[in-house]
Amino acid sequence: MIQQYQDNLQFDTDKPILEMRDLCKSYFIGDGELKVLKNINISITPGEYVAIMGPSGSGKSTLLNMIGCLDRPTSGEYFLGGAGVSTLDDDDLSSIRGARIGFIFQSFNLISQLNIIENIQVPMFYQGLTEHESAERAIELAKMVGLGHRLKHRPTELSGGQQQRVAIARALSNDPLIILADEPTGNLDSSSGSEILDILHGLHEQGKTLIAVTHDEGIARESERVVRLFDGAIDKEEHNKKRNQR
Amino acid sequence: MFLYRLKRTVKLGIKSLWMHRLRSTLTALGIIFGVSSVIAMLAIGEGASEDAQKKIAQLGSHNIIVKTQDPPEEKSATGQQQTLKEYGLTYSDAERFRSAIPNVQVIVPNRRIAQEAQYRTHRASIEVVGTVPWYPQISTLKVQYGRYISDTDLRYKKGVCVIDEKIVKALFAFDYPIGEDIKLGTDYYRVVGVAREKDDTPESSETSSSGASSQAGANVGTIYIPLTTAKDRFGETSVQMNSTSGMIMEKVELQEIIIKVNDLSQIIPTKQSVETLLKAFHKKNDYNITVPLELMKKQQDIQRIFTIVLGSIAAISLIVGGIGIMNIMLATVSERTREIGIRRALGAKKRDIIFQFLSETFILTAAGGILGIILGLGIPYLVQYYGNMPTVVKGSSLILAFGISSAVGIIFGLYPAYRAANMDPIESLRHE
Ligand SMILES: Nc1ncnc2c1ncn2[C@@H]1O[C@H](COP(=O)(O)OP(=O)(O)OP(=O)(O)O)[C@@H](O)[C@H]1O
Ligand SMILES: [Mg+2]
Repeated sequence: MIQQYQDNLQFDTDKPILEMRDLCKSYFIGDGELKVLKNINISITPGEYVAIMGPSGSGKSTLLNMIGCLDRPTSGEYFLGGAGVSTLDDDDLSSIRGARIGFIFQSFNLISQLNIIENIQVPMFYQGLTEHESAERAIELAKMVGLGHRLKHRPTELSGGQQQRVAIARALSNDPLIILADEPTGNLDSSSGSEILDILHGLHEQGKTLIAVTHDEGIARESERVVRLFDGAIDKEEHNKKRNQR
Repeated sequence: MFLYRLKRTVKLGIKSLWMHRLRSTLTALGIIFGVSSVIAMLAIGEGASEDAQKKIAQLGSHNIIVKTQDPPEEKSATGQQQTLKEYGLTYSDAERFRSAIPNVQVIVPNRRIAQEAQYRTHRASIEVVGTVPWYPQISTLKVQYGRYISDTDLRYKKGVCVIDEKIVKALFAFDYPIGEDIKLGTDYYRVVGVAREKDDTPESSETSSSGASSQAGANVGTIYIPLTTAKDRFGETSVQMNSTSGMIMEKVELQEIIIKVNDLSQIIPTKQSVETLLKAFHKKNDYNITVPLELMKKQQDIQRIFTIVLGSIAAISLIVGGIGIMNIMLATVSERTREIGIRRALGAKKRDIIFQFLSETFILTAAGGILGIILGLGIPYLVQYYGNMPTVVKGSSLILAFGISSAVGIIFGLYPAYRAANMDPIESLRHE
């Protein structure tokens, strides 16, 4: 399954890297049905920088989890890199997450027992890289996010901004298809927040596909497209002409 | 690739166990005590059993041993105690066994007398066994040098003796014993041979010298002389001091008759014939029949029960240890929910999570198992050293204990690991 999926990764840049058709997600609480996502239709092309915005509870995180294959839709179809993933089983979804998705979380979500290098190595470990290969790459990535001098530190010994940079390095470790960020600056002060924005911007420049859930107008301004959710449905999409102007 | 993963997972497991040292140690203690008690108890049990088996085996598995025993006190009609007590096995008993019982290989009648032996200035209390030339056939006695009592010795009531190695030590410090004369009672006996009982360890000698040892007290060793000589020179009556009635004369012809059969299957029928014969000719209950084979079987039964009891105790203690492990692992899993969510989001499959937690449990139990083995080896050693009890540690009991503890670890670790793997990644990530 995965092999076939990976074979399909040879795609055109103008073909969508990600496509959702009539995707719905409901939670069933007791007898009631809570529709969190309603008929989402979205398609994102490679290299795009998309911001998802909307009021609290509008379903942004749920949508992002769906994109990141952490959750499965109640109905509708989801194609990632041209292959349908809505029907895959847990093992295949895990493989896709590990190989094709890079997650950045609001609360960093580093593993506290592990030092910086080891944290960056985690996704590579599940992809079967050797210790040597993954360590080498982890050091390279840590240097890239400006933490080359603190390789052996534990997450608790770092500031929030530094932790988020480790998380970005970790998200990049398997060279993912898409980087997903759920309020990456939500827990940061404005100066470390803007550092993170700079890194994300840099990644975009390198041609990475980025999708970020945010309340931060800064991210919205930098992105190419803003998807506004309201009550589980796409309210409107704005294409940002002023991109790359900073 | 797999090995690399294993190495990483084990490293990670050790790391997180190390972070909770106290907790890990306390958890492992259950396994440590379980394993060590299994090994120690089995070692002590095995030691006791082997010791008993050895003692029984020394009596001879093909033998039936009939011994004279002092019959229960009996008053004469006048209420007075007899002054001459006549009881026990007789030469006619031996003759009857020989003629009436088939399948008998040999019959050895023995006379046992506690005596003092003297060689030049050396003295020692010993046991004199008046016996026959074929005595070695029914015992583990081996002539070391010289010869054993011969038919001629028996026929002509010669004053010769065969001594065991302990006597050599006690009487002949540096002299060569063969050809020397030892004084027993009032007569001299020429030493013709030195013999030794196989496996005659200091502890077991007391029981193996059987019969008269109880009355002989602490004797140094045994001196064998021809039965006829013994009858001639020591007579058959002895004087016993009794606290209630003073002096009693006792007349006993033979202290024991040992019957050896050709085949193990003949033991039981032969024993029955012996019993019947004795019942017919003895009015008093002045004999006692011992069958080492029966003892051996009984001993094996006891050993089996012992093993079952030990096994259940061990199983219970290991299950308790296992429950402790399960409890801790469940706590660990819920404590590390977020880590599990992170790993799942970063590409860990369910089986990766299972593998991670299972290997942690396994490391804990394996380490507990190894420490338990070390402790379990130490306890029998101490018991043997200070308690003077024989212990035998079998390799199989080590493997068994370690195997069971590892199995317990895996069985009781499976459920927590399974729980960890089946947590919803999104909810785990949200977990505080
Ligand atoms: N496991 C769940 N069971 C039931 N309802 C859920 C569950 N997860 C989310 N919801 C509901 O789905 C809705 C959308 O949640 P979601 O987390 O996607 O919102 P959000 O847009 O990310 O909000 P915020 O900006 O506050 O993070 C909410 O009303 C929430 O209560
Ligand atoms: Mg959210």
